[in-house]
Amino acid sequence: MATVSLEKLVKRYGALEVVHGIDLEVADREFIALVGPSGCGKSTTLRMIAGLEPVSGGNLKIGGRIVNDLPPRARNLAMVFQSYALYPHMTVRENMGFSLKIAGQKPEEIAPQVEEAAKTLDLTHLLDRRPSQLSGGQRQRVAMGRAIVRNPDVFLFDEPLSNLDAKLRTQMRVEIKKLHAKVQSTVIYVTHDQVEAMTLADRIVIMRDGYIEQVGTPEDVFQRPQSKFVAGFIGSPPMNLKDAEVVDGQLVFTNGDRLPLPARFKDRVTAGQKVTFGLRPDDLYPAGHGIHSGEDADVHKQDLRVILTEPLGNETLVFSDFAGAEWVGRMLNPRRLSPGETLPFCFDLSQAHLFDRESGRTLRG
Amino acid sequence: MNENAKARINGILLSTAHKIGLFLAMTVICLPGLWIVLASFRPTVEIMAKPPVWIPQDLSFDAYIAMFSGVGQGGIPIIEYFRNSLIISVTSTAIALAIGMAGGYAFARFRFKAKSSIFLGLMLTRTVPGIALSLPLFFVYSKLGIIDTHFGLITAYVALNVPFTIWLIDGFFRQVPKDLAEAAQIDGCTRWQAFWQVEFPLAGPGIASAGIFAFLTSWNEFALASQLTRSVNSKTLPVGLLDYTSEFTIDWRGMCALAVIMIIPALVLTFIVQKHLVSGLTSGAVKG
Repeated sequence: MATVSLEKLVKRYGALEVVHGIDLEVADREFIALVGPSGCGKSTTLRMIAGLEPVSGGNLKIGGRIVNDLPPRARNLAMVFQSYALYPHMTVRENMGFSLKIAGQKPEEIAPQVEEAAKTLDLTHLLDRRPSQLSGGQRQRVAMGRAIVRNPDVFLFDEPLSNLDAKLRTQMRVEIKKLHAKVQSTVIYVTHDQVEAMTLADRIVIMRDGYIEQVGTPEDVFQRPQSKFVAGFIGSPPMNLKDAEVVDGQLVFTNGDRLPLPARFKDRVTAGQKVTFGLRPDDLYPAGHGIHSGEDADVHKQDLRVILTEPLGNETLVFSDFAGAEWVGRMLNPRRLSPGETLPFCFDLSQAHLFDRESGRTLRG
Repeated sequence: MNENAKARINGILLSTAHKIGLFLAMTVICLPGLWIVLASFRPTVEIMAKPPVWIPQDLSFDAYIAMFSGVGQGGIPIIEYFRNSLIISVTSTAIALAIGMAGGYAFARFRFKAKSSIFLGLMLTRTVPGIALSLPLFFVYSKLGIIDTHFGLITAYVALNVPFTIWLIDGFFRQVPKDLAEAAQIDGCTRWQAFWQVEFPLAGPGIASAGIFAFLTSWNEFALASQLTRSVNSKTLPVGLLDYTSEFTIDWRGMCALAVIMIIPALVLTFIVQKHLVSGLTSGAVKG
């Protein structure tokens, strides 16, 4: 069990800097997810923590000890790779016991530990197979088993579920969560899938272009995004983000359409300020088919034309036309809508976001 | 006749043609070998007969008995030749493999300056025919005084084999996913242990095949060996074949018998390593 601290951590490849001095404190037993689009530096950061990439600047501490220049084996961590990286020439048993064997333990000491981990992950009947004889989900579990056996201070996961199909991914997500509850280690989990990050993590770190955009609990990053980028990245379908200007206490969109300025932001904007208005699909719904969380007065009603619908069973995503752009809304208790139909929509402005258009930062206090 | 029946008959015809084709190809490949084995048991009259005698009439082990009978009784110093061949081939293969593994691994895993130029340079050395080197090599060796020594031939064969082993082994290391060595390091291995515990066993089939090729090249090489060897000190089996030629006659039967003796170790070795040559070990390492 250990804390992990990144202090002004930098990664450079030659002249190219890919991670620009990031700071992060991971508490003991915390589950942290690093998310961000491809190339944001999340995997590089994880590989620096693992010791697979040298640190170019700053400090990396595990359990309070600076480990910048220590090789991976001296850091006492375990890593689950995207490709699983199981040793193909060894059986599941040998794969799981490999780290113990390298550590110089005797076969009779290794066996019970491997059995124990196999039991935890329901792998007992597969112990004598080779990785090539296993399905994707089973390989994934073996990779986790190999990590557990080491009893590491920190678990690192590098997009562990991205090679699995959707159903299995959901299943394995639950298993990882259970596993964390059971082994109670510090976990650093890299993913580009925000659903994984939201469901698993205690805190989420959103990265972009080698910088940390925001660190917060799943609720934090979802409800209080600090920037336009985070707002657009977290949430599926993504938040509607449209450019507008503040005129006479109203938001005027590029084509002249208007919305009332959300009450919360009245004192925070100046007339003529260029902003980006953000509204989650959950807060834009056909009247009578959604729940608003604030006062009735905060709900703005407006007739919109439906462009397209995506029925998901329990709800329907409704794409409608407003302010010269396409807006996504979420319709609960759906009824059949036909494209071209015009009906009243509710904008729940108590949940709306405003960002400064230039800096992209939130205008909320 | 419906379409299905037609397709089925087509399939049968195709597979039959395939088998016949394979049989013909194998015949072309195997017949000379078989002929050598046969000829080693037959008297020269029968070997040289025109028209050829297809079915052997008179088989005997005379050539083999004579070969081992010692000089003066139609024999040649075969034990010495065999020993020389073995020492030279095994040593040069081992050295070529060691260098090939180090080089192949470096080319597969590391980035360094002028990597592709160095690689290309190594490959270009293969374009020089070995025989073209024999004269310069002869001069250098005679100045150094290493003509007619094991050391001389081993050095020449290592130089001949290294580019090839590097190239082959490089390809096999490339197929071993990098993640595996990284996983091994996280599991507690040093870089060196990760190599021997994980990457080496997985590239094993490739290294074995590089080894076989290097061994066979050295084992069968004649042109350089005939220039750089003089006596029983260093003459190898292929050069030993020349002992069967004299001013006016060639003892074809003896030559064939020696050829058989040469073929056997190579054949045995290939059979032993054969199962390691079957690749596919890496399947299942990563997403499959």
